[in-house]
Amino acid sequence: MADQHSDSEQRPSPDALLAEARREEEGRVGRLKIFVGAAPGVGKTYEMLTAARAKQKEGVDVIVGVVETHGRKETEALLDGLEVLGRKPTDYAGRTLHEFDIDAALARRPSLILIDELAHTNVSGSRHPKRYQDVEELLDASIDVYTTVNVQHIESLNDVVAQITRVRVREIVPDAIFDRADAIELVDLTPEDLIQRLKEGKVYVPKQAERALRHYFSPANLTALRELALRRTAERVDEQLLEQMRARAIPGPWAAGERILVCIGEDPRSAGLIRYAKRLADRLRAPWTALYIETTRSLDFTEADRDRIAETLRLAERLDAEAVSIPAAGRRVADDVLGYARKSNVTHIIVGKSERSRWFEMLHGSVVHDLVRRAGNISVHVIAGEKLPEATTVRATVVTDDARPFDAIPYLAAFSAVALAFGVSLLAESVLGLNVDLIFLTAVVGTAVRYGLWPSLLAALTASLTYNFFFLPPIYTFTIADPANVAAFLLFSALAVLISRLAARGWHHTVAAQERVRVVESLYGFSRKLAGAGALDDVLWATAYQIAMMLKVRVVLLLPDNGSIAVKAGYPPEDALDEADLAAAKWAWEKARPAGRDSDALPGAKWLFMPMRTGRGAIGIVGISREDPAPLLRADQRRLLDALADQGALAIERVHLVEDIDRVRRTAETERLRSALLTSISHDLKTPLAGIIGSAGALRDLSQSFDAQSKDDLLSTIIEESERLNRFIANLLDMTRLESGAVVPNTAAHDVGEIVGSALERASKILAGHRVEVEISPELPMVMVDAVLFEQVLFNLLDNAAKYAPPATTVRVASWRDGETVKVQVLDEGDGIPDADLERIFDKFYRARKGDQVRAGTGLGLAISRGFIEALSGTIVAANRMNPKGAVFTITLPVLKADERKKYAA
Amino acid sequence: MSATSAKILVVDDEPPIRKLLRMGLVSQGYDVLEAQNGKVALELLSNNPDLVILDLGLPDIDGLELLKRIRQRENSLPIVVLSSRGDEAGKVAALDLGADDYVTKPFGMEELFARMRAALRHQLQVQGELPLFHVGDLSVDLVRRIVKLSDKEVKLSPKEYDLLRLLVQHAGKVLTHKFLMQELWDEPTDPQYLRVYVRQLRQKIEPDPERPQHIMTEIGIGYRLRAPD
Repeated sequence: MADQHSDSEQRPSPDALLAEARREEEGRVGRLKIFVGAAPGVGKTYEMLTAARAKQKEGVDVIVGVVETHGRKETEALLDGLEVLGRKPTDYAGRTLHEFDIDAALARRPSLILIDELAHTNVSGSRHPKRYQDVEELLDASIDVYTTVNVQHIESLNDVVAQITRVRVREIVPDAIFDRADAIELVDLTPEDLIQRLKEGKVYVPKQAERALRHYFSPANLTALRELALRRTAERVDEQLLEQMRARAIPGPWAAGERILVCIGEDPRSAGLIRYAKRLADRLRAPWTALYIETTRSLDFTEADRDRIAETLRLAERLDAEAVSIPAAGRRVADDVLGYARKSNVTHIIVGKSERSRWFEMLHGSVVHDLVRRAGNISVHVIAGEKLPEATTVRATVVTDDARPFDAIPYLAAFSAVALAFGVSLLAESVLGLNVDLIFLTAVVGTAVRYGLWPSLLAALTASLTYNFFFLPPIYTFTIADPANVAAFLLFSALAVLISRLAARGWHHTVAAQERVRVVESLYGFSRKLAGAGALDDVLWATAYQIAMMLKVRVVLLLPDNGSIAVKAGYPPEDALDEADLAAAKWAWEKARPAGRDSDALPGAKWLFMPMRTGRGAIGIVGISREDPAPLLRADQRRLLDALADQGALAIERVHLVEDIDRVRRTAETERLRSALLTSISHDLKTPLAGIIGSAGALRDLSQSFDAQSKDDLLSTIIEESERLNRFIANLLDMTRLESGAVVPNTAAHDVGEIVGSALERASKILAGHRVEVEISPELPMVMVDAVLFEQVLFNLLDNAAKYAPPATTVRVASWRDGETVKVQVLDEGDGIPDADLERIFDKFYRARKGDQVRAGTGLGLAISRGFIEALSGTIVAANRMNPKGAVFTITLPVLKADERKKYAA
Repeated sequence: MSATSAKILVVDDEPPIRKLLRMGLVSQGYDVLEAQNGKVALELLSNNPDLVILDLGLPDIDGLELLKRIRQRENSLPIVVLSSRGDEAGKVAALDLGADDYVTKPFGMEELFARMRAALRHQLQVQGELPLFHVGDLSVDLVRRIVKLSDKEVKLSPKEYDLLRLLVQHAGKVLTHKFLMQELWDEPTDPQYLRVYVRQLRQKIEPDPERPQHIMTEIGIGYRLRAPD
């Protein structure tokens, strides 16, 4: 085991190699260099410009994307000779701000671009809310970036900096971009020098923040910030070293298998715990997990609490933690935490210091104490959070539709219940001499069960007062004479309040449970609806409708279309997107990330676009919007949207898969027909050709040995076989025309008899051996047909009859009017058609068999006939008749209506 | 008529078809001029052929275009067009441009000769019309306007008679719907009226109107009166 272990450690780690390869791969992703400073004024911009000039001398194509010189002469001098990209003027709140122009930068495509102040927040209406997102896009476009940042802007250090300096920085850069940097350069200056520079006016200080910043630049603060900057940079350098060592399989000080678990709750200080855990995890190079235990208490949480928990978990994910939320299993939360910790080999648990009163802890127990007592060999870190100004990272989501307006009815009902109890009590006391406190208690319990906590507390109060006033001596006063009654009254009040609380909690749970049942039922109904929907349109519509109904939003669904995406469905259906929204939707599609309103990308759009994903990747985009400018979704609604979008995505994918299968099946059918066609063609072309070539050859080479009769026979064979070949080719051409949709009927009013006559004339040679009867009703109206097509149909039917009916039998053509249709029949006296084949004979290449002998023919004549007749809006069917036995083909054509005839004649 | 020295210009790009036509025509005593394309055909017109057999699918000039140019130069030269089945529109266009008749490929020699004879005869008739017409049991006296079927006089309405007269004057030749309607009516008229008159005429002069012996329907093109041989 030990050998194996060390063996595997000698090998380069694949992940580390991959990461390195990605960085080394030229041209794919730009390289990022960050100039880090401990505080403003240390000279980051100066340093960056110096480095850029050096690069420019090496011949690198350098431009300045955005640089703030704050009027410093030395810095401005460095800009000389560098190309500076124009800023984009953006109007905001009546002022014109000049922002970095990312589109111009992407169009210009330099090798290296300088972007000062990474933590800058872009003016609203820009493509990204944050400048670091602009930088990410530039890197993705394989442009190298130099940028600057002060250490207090780094997310995981945000709390520490705020604690040190008492100033909370609102502009934050996630650690991820810091970690992705290929090079970090610390621009260091001793606190003394920096303060000196400040005194000389070399540090830019905005007027309105002058006082605050002067406090900020105290020697103690600067020393602490400098240490932070040094340490964070050292950590990053250390990581790079480790990655290289791993990639080269150098045995080294690997992480000692540490694993950190941070417990979070609804407490606003949880975010601070998360940042602490991140710092610890980075120092220990340990993986970490943020854990939230859902207890029965969570049911009582307000929406704000729930949002905060979701936000905290999301923050943890952003900082590379695994975010886990599990329901409480045991009575004690500590047991659940420890259970999870042991299962996951956690070595450190981080919890917040409790702020609860001793009373609360005596009643409910203390999670922290439990943990410390029972953690065994797991270290427990108890962190004292500080009440800090609300962090900017928690985006306050205003809950609009849950802030219910005050409803007076439950309170009136509480009064009524007590009044009723009072009435009943009067009766009960005078008639039965009962103790009435139980009657009042009943009213309180009833109110609690029906209307929840506050109305029931009101009922408890009124009930106590009424009971005291009307029933406890001396009555009609709020004083109580008997000490025993005082005790009874206090007991009654306490009981009323206690029951109110208990019943109300039950009520709250019921409401929450009903709500969840409603959501689950809707989701179930939705999945059933999707399962039943076969067509893509139905699936899209059902998805859009469901999302619109459950989240009370407008919905559009976009699917890929010709290399881009286009709106395919919406609810309400008339929704169309304007240019800006469509751009956000495209961004969401291309990056497979949320975009638009309330998101990180293009937040100026009116819609929020989320990718709909399946296991095979993004399949479409769902967009939602509402007139109301408040945030679109609460955290739980966002989860619901994810669930709905996922279900919709799966259904869309299913439809696509079914379509794929259909296509494959159709291709297979086409293949089968093609091979049948090939067989048929090779047989039907070769047979007559063999006859023609043989006969002609015999006539040329052996003419002396033939008598006149034989020569005549050979010549007849040549002519007959040629005619057969000609018919076959004509059929093939007709079939091709039908299948390519080239048959456009040239319809006109025609006399059936005339066309029958022409067909009989053409078929006269074929029918020479048969008797032919024609019976056409004299009152037959004209029919709307294409004479050429219809004659071909009749010819095919006559040809068929001649082939399948024995010689000397009668072939009959009949036509008569039948209501609003004209019937044309061709009847023969052959063996008829096997019942099973009555439909199939109209299939391509199908030939009725007689025994195992296939009659000569193309197998196309009837298929063409049906195709032509259908092109003429008619029908053709085959049937059998008895006495005389034979086949009957019946064509039904619509009669030209009187008004149409008039119109036609006009 | 004497078929001896009539000169026939054969225009077709397929050597086997030209060879076949030459052999067949020479066997009937015609002189044959051959052109493999439209350019040569126009040059050979100076040799004053008596009839042109024209294939519509030529490599250099569109068949209908060539037909138009020949008609511009030789107003009364009979032209028989070779065309393929399924190209009814092409046939009608050729006839409307002044072709005398058409034969559908593949064709039998007998059929082609019959069409050629009708075309040549019609040219002679234009120069001196035959007042009396006989075919089978049908006889038409164009001077006295008497129509007889098996020696029994048939009463025809004026329109029916005009229709029959047109057919008789062009006996053996196909007449397009358009041509017949232009000749019979001054106003533009619907083809179904023509069909009605044809049906009525057939009821009167055909022994079996469902299987006509005299007035033949050329589906999609027009009508043809069977010519006496």
